[in-house]
Amino acid sequence: MTKLKYAFIDAYVIAQRNIIRIKRVPEILVFVLISPIMFVLLFAYVFGSAIDIPGGSYREFLIGGIFAQTVVFGATFTGAGLAEDMQKGIINRFRSLPMSPSAVVMGRTASDVIYNSLTLIIMALTGLLVGWRIRSSFWDAVLGFGLLLLFAYAFSWMMALVGLVVPSVEVVNNASFVVIFPLTFIANTFVPSEGLPGPLRTFAEWNPISALTQAVRELFGNIPAGTPPPEVWPLQNPVLYSFVWIVIIIAIFAPLSIARYQRVTAKS
Amino acid sequence: MAPIIEAHGLVKRYKEIVALDGLDLAVEPGTILSVLGPNGAGKTTAVSILTTLIKADEGTATVAGFDVREHPDEVKKNIGLSGQYAAVDEQLTGFENLRMVGRLYRMGKPAAVRRSRELLEQFDLTDAADRPVKGYSGGMRRRLDLAGALIAEPPILFLDEPTTGLDPRSRADLWIAIKGLVAGGTTLLLTTQYMEEAEHLADDIMVIDHGREIAHGTADELKNMLGGERVVVTVADPDHIARATEVLAQFAVGEQHVDDHTRELTVPISGGAPVLTAALRALDTAGIAVTDVGLRRPTLDDVFLTLTGHRTEETEIASVEVGE
Repeated sequence: MTKLKYAFIDAYVIAQRNIIRIKRVPEILVFVLISPIMFVLLFAYVFGSAIDIPGGSYREFLIGGIFAQTVVFGATFTGAGLAEDMQKGIINRFRSLPMSPSAVVMGRTASDVIYNSLTLIIMALTGLLVGWRIRSSFWDAVLGFGLLLLFAYAFSWMMALVGLVVPSVEVVNNASFVVIFPLTFIANTFVPSEGLPGPLRTFAEWNPISALTQAVRELFGNIPAGTPPPEVWPLQNPVLYSFVWIVIIIAIFAPLSIARYQRVTAKS
Repeated sequence: MAPIIEAHGLVKRYKEIVALDGLDLAVEPGTILSVLGPNGAGKTTAVSILTTLIKADEGTATVAGFDVREHPDEVKKNIGLSGQYAAVDEQLTGFENLRMVGRLYRMGKPAAVRRSRELLEQFDLTDAADRPVKGYSGGMRRRLDLAGALIAEPPILFLDEPTTGLDPRSRADLWIAIKGLVAGGTTLLLTTQYMEEAEHLADDIMVIDHGREIAHGTADELKNMLGGERVVVTVADPDHIARATEVLAQFAVGEQHVDDHTRELTVPISGGAPVLTAALRALDTAGIAVTDVGLRRPTLDDVFLTLTGHRTEETEIASVEVGE
């Protein structure tokens, strides 16, 4: 019990340190936060003018997908942060302290929730500017943002492992794009998955990013009236399916990341 | 009293390089042991094992009564470590660094804050306390790192080459701080490349090379073993080297070292400047011309030359991959 208590206290101390670092070097944040703005504007105007959705606005349909894609992309921030930590002298101090072995990784994923919240706020504001609206109830919208944040948190754990496996910060970006690009594009994020060829369609239908996107669209009331209901279970129950994935991802990658951190720091 | 740091037969290999080759050591509570040796001698490896950062291939060690392999967390609670490279966060201020380390030693918030301010004051960092560490000088970083090791007032302190790379002024400041600690009852294991530092800080000095103890004693005992000062003479004509060795033998209190290449003779003597004058007069009488002459105190290099027959640089080249 005491062990668990200190795991949280130590993680809190590390998260606090990460937040101070963000405040000290706000330049990092500026560039990282520009990308969601860029995504919203780019997709809304470039694709938004070329694709038609029967009975609705493509731009509004698109925003849910961009939200999902951006929080997943944002998780690379976690990997990069950890990879950077591992190269710094402070890690030698951490190694010599009687602190909880999970603190550095847990603190990092926790402090990145703040970063993900900022990303979501900026994206939502940019979305409002280009014509996206929340057409559901207040509580549905809260659940929508909550689901995005939770999903981002889960993906942070996955990228934490990437950040601890690769040798440098630069490799984090390349390594994570290999995973993130197929995941976010072979989905219903930008085009309806019904139009995809056979195997890609199946992948897209069961892809957790599709479920997240579908969930967000439903919770924000962005599904055009008259759209036929989805045919597969994950997209019929997108909130539940997304939650299941969040739990699975954390259950797999949290222990793996913590174990990896211990192995890397116990170098001999 | 039972030793508070104790190690038996520590062995650590890195591929084909043997970093530690059966090292034993013991430190009594409230005393300082200085581990003296060149780069690659195994100093950092020994400290890393005792502080639980790495595991020995063979041998056992206990710190504060806990086995380093079986109970690393209990060991960590009782020690402070300050390494060769300052382990501080560049973006955080000095105060924030210390408060974080204090909290991770499981101190309460108010205690960590109070102790941080106290240490910043003690290490003369009050003015810089609220500035990010990236603007600190090398000496300031080392002092901050040392303060981090001390924040929880651990009974045992490991300092791995605390002054390597510091200017003389910063080194002197750090020495004063270290002496103050031990006066307060802390047990200290210190590694250094400098004979002067070992002599200044420690009663008990252990000289190691190639991961093994090669000498052990007080500063005076080691110096006696080395035979006090050295007269260093460079003869003008290589043909005179043998003759000069014979002439100088009457002043030598230990084995002379002759470098044929540089025509340099190193003669351990006892008695200082008058002996140097007499030696020069004897060389002059024998008709041996000298191009350079000097009197110096024994250096670590002499310790090595005397004890191992090789100079410290040779060791350095041979062990450069050990990662010290």
